[in-house]
Amino acid sequence: MEGFVKVLRKMFRHPVSIAGIILVLLFLSIAIFAPLLAPPAYPWNPYMMPQSGLSAVPQPPSPQHIFGTTQGQYDIYYGVIWGTRTALEVGVVVIGLALVIGILIGTLAAYFGGWVDELLMRITDIFLAFPFFVGVIVVITIIGPGITNVMWALVIFYWMTYARLIRGSILEVKENQYVMAAVALGTPGGRIITRHLLPNSIYPVIIQASMDMATIPLTAAALSFLGLGAPVGYADWGQLASFARNWIITPSGGNPFQYWYTIFFPSVTIVLYALGWNLLGDTLRDILDPRMLI
Amino acid sequence: MTLAEVKSIQTTQNQSKNDQILLEVKNLKKYFPIKAGVFRSTVGWVKAVDDVSFYIKKGETLGLVGESGCGKTTVGQTILRLIEPTGGHVFYNNVDLFKLSKGQMKKYRSKLQMIFQDPYSSLDPRMRVKDIIAEGLKAAHIGNTKERYEKVRDYMQRVGVSPTYMNRFPHEFSGGQRQRIGIARALVLNPELIVADEAVSALDASVQAQVLNLLDDLQQEFHLTYLFIAHNLSVVRHVSDRVVVMYLGKVVEIANKHEIFSDPLHPYTKALLSANPIPDPTVKRKDRIILQGDVPSPANPPSGCRFHTRCWLAQPICAQEEPKLEEVHPGHFVACHFWKNLEDQNK
Repeated sequence: MEGFVKVLRKMFRHPVSIAGIILVLLFLSIAIFAPLLAPPAYPWNPYMMPQSGLSAVPQPPSPQHIFGTTQGQYDIYYGVIWGTRTALEVGVVVIGLALVIGILIGTLAAYFGGWVDELLMRITDIFLAFPFFVGVIVVITIIGPGITNVMWALVIFYWMTYARLIRGSILEVKENQYVMAAVALGTPGGRIITRHLLPNSIYPVIIQASMDMATIPLTAAALSFLGLGAPVGYADWGQLASFARNWIITPSGGNPFQYWYTIFFPSVTIVLYALGWNLLGDTLRDILDPRMLI
Repeated sequence: MTLAEVKSIQTTQNQSKNDQILLEVKNLKKYFPIKAGVFRSTVGWVKAVDDVSFYIKKGETLGLVGESGCGKTTVGQTILRLIEPTGGHVFYNNVDLFKLSKGQMKKYRSKLQMIFQDPYSSLDPRMRVKDIIAEGLKAAHIGNTKERYEKVRDYMQRVGVSPTYMNRFPHEFSGGQRQRIGIARALVLNPELIVADEAVSALDASVQAQVLNLLDDLQQEFHLTYLFIAHNLSVVRHVSDRVVVMYLGKVVEIANKHEIFSDPLHPYTKALLSANPIPDPTVKRKDRIILQGDVPSPANPPSGCRFHTRCWLAQPICAQEEPKLEEVHPGHFVACHFWKNLEDQNK
């Protein structure tokens, strides 16, 4: 607990890390208060962006649509707000599941060593042998598009990082005499893992996970951009960017930036979101890495 | 040394002090594999401990000395089965510990405890002192949380760390205090034998003295038996009743403290003693024995007597025939072909 307070105090000492914390908190509160910030048009399915009309041509910002509308008259503001929920949901679910699988496999491999280690790490290598993006696309092609399937595909090809991190970390911690002392005291293996090995080796994984909170939703957005993710009309930043692709430069001459709002608002949101988590991850790394904590 | 010979040694011992022997180590071997190549095949063995036998009497302190890498620590750790032995037996109250399953061994864990060398690495930095000391009690299912902490308080008092600090983390203590906490952790289980593996070598001289005196007091209070592993001869001389000298995985000499220091019968022991500094600048040292060369690799030990490559008494026989550990005087064992020459020199 003392360590935790120390970490917090350090975090609030640097302006850069404060910026990261503020950005992350901002997005968290947007996600929480989404129904107030942008009341759903279809309460039974709030993630569907409301459409005002069917015209293909985007409409500029107006009092009804403060960020304007994108291709197909989807409200950009609504998409940005509810897309935050999508992004966080994808991040938390994918990273959460990948952490569970990765920590389990990495811990067992490092603790038991020998052939268990060999077997588990070769399985990890097999998954790592696939190029990440190609592997994910192949899995989605097999199980079909959609947000849930995207999350499964990402989990399947993302747990290896955590497994390797925690394994290396535990191999290092295992050499400490307090682990041997625990054996001498008769502490059972399970408790050695949960009381000694994991608490002392989890930090690199926490740092990596906070960094990944930025990249995983970006990858999901990229898949949506390719049409493999969310269904048409689902509030998702990647989908908004995908809609904007024909309007980045005005297709029929005239002012080239006439439809700037279609790409500006979604991309600024994505950049700020990724920036926030990256700054937070950087801060955590600076604080936790040089074994300053204790 | 064959088993029969050890038996004969032990029986002579057993006849007089059978009820007093607490722990008997017989032909203990620990080889570490050397792995190489793509398939990690075993290409050789590091014979860290090779056929070591000795016994510890109830209530005594047995010093185990030797230079770095001679296998002292490995002996301590294999006795407690913290690393699995390659061969041999360890009898604790006539139970062979090496024949027990891991589950059966759990029952003996609390009776055989260890104090570790490094007070910084031996305490988990993320656990409170009270939980560190109570860990063994919890593993042995002794008492409830409240009773355990009560015991923790009691033992902190005994080892000289104020119980008001029980909620602190290890990094808030000095090296000496940490070592006291390590001692309390071992002691709280009420053990019979404590293996102290270089327990004071990481501490300052003044703190060393405090901790050694503490160990001495605790020995009398709790009737403890110590296996005291060290490389510092002055410390061993201070604490031990008997001393075992190891060289390259083998026992070369066992004797009581006075005999080993005044009448060493193995050339290695003699060289080791002559290297011990005398804290008096006016003393002229004429008897200093300087050994030539380095300690040979335990992966490829010399033939015959392992010490013959560096021994000034070595004869051709030493490279061919391994000397047996023999009882040359009552309670004084030595493994050397020419111990008589040394005995004459000593006179």
